Amino acid sequence: MSNNIGNPMIRMASSAKKGEIIEVRSLIMNPMTTGLMKDKAGKLIPAHFIQTVNVTFNNKPLLDIDWSTAVSANPYLAFKLRAESSGTLKMVWKDNTGGIWSADSKLTVA
Amino acid sequence: MNKTIHRRQFLGTTLATGAVATAAGIGLIRPQLAFADNVPGWPAKAFDAKVLKEAMSNAIGKTQVAVSPKVKLTAPTIAENGGAVPVTIEIDSPMTTDDYIAAVYLFVDHNPTPLASQFTFTPACGQAYIQERIKMAKTDNVRVVAKTNKGELMASAPREVKVTIGGCGG
Repeated sequence: MSNNIGNPMIRMASSAKKGEIIEVRSLIMNPMTTGLMKDKAGKLIPAHFIQTVNVTFNNKPLLDIDWSTAVSANPYLAFKLRAESSGTLKMVWKDNTGGIWSADSKLTVA
Repeated sequence: MNKTIHRRQFLGTTLATGAVATAAGIGLIRPQLAFADNVPGWPAKAFDAKVLKEAMSNAIGKTQVAVSPKVKLTAPTIAENGGAVPVTIEIDSPMTTDDYIAAVYLFVDHNPTPLASQFTFTPACGQAYIQERIKMAKTDNVRVVAKTNKGELMASAPREVKVTIGGCGG
């Protein structure tokens, strides 16, 4: 699984009416290991998990998330956004081993 | 005058950094893993707590919060795979700059570390809504605490999820 990591994805509408609340869905590959499990040889698998997700819209903070190891592998996250103006939604994921990934998606508000 | 202050601040910072480096060097501060370091701002104290009361106390400063029908938590009654239990959180709030949900905390009562996730919302979200998948070690209660921008706390009713295969096996 560790060679399949990152690859962040965002799915959301590309256009919306002003004031409409739209759903944003996201996915990223990460093992999200707890550091409590052992491998087949009985060796502890180190904790490796995404700790923060920062979501901005036009560079303004929208939503900040702190995750523990209790979030499932390859974490899926959905949230809402009120469409007020056209712009770019950006998400940044950071894990406890220094991994950083980002993805963005454009929204046009009519 | 300005110069003096700057010099003092500089000295203070240098001394403090030196002390931390020394403490780490002689093993007073335990590095979690040789290669791993927490992301700055990640609330380690709340996430590291091993029991629900401690996790709640570290996260929200309270161990009991009154249940409000405004806080809705949806989770399956039976989860075959405790490794991926879908949860949906929805809090009834106008989400205006004067009245919005500022933070939401998701707990699993008996997980090795009960605080599963923490969410910091802004009014621009339009709705305090989250969907994600979590791990559950065994049949257990999931609960949510929401905090308004005025600091008021309200909780969801605990939701029991029956887990057939635990998500933390080994």
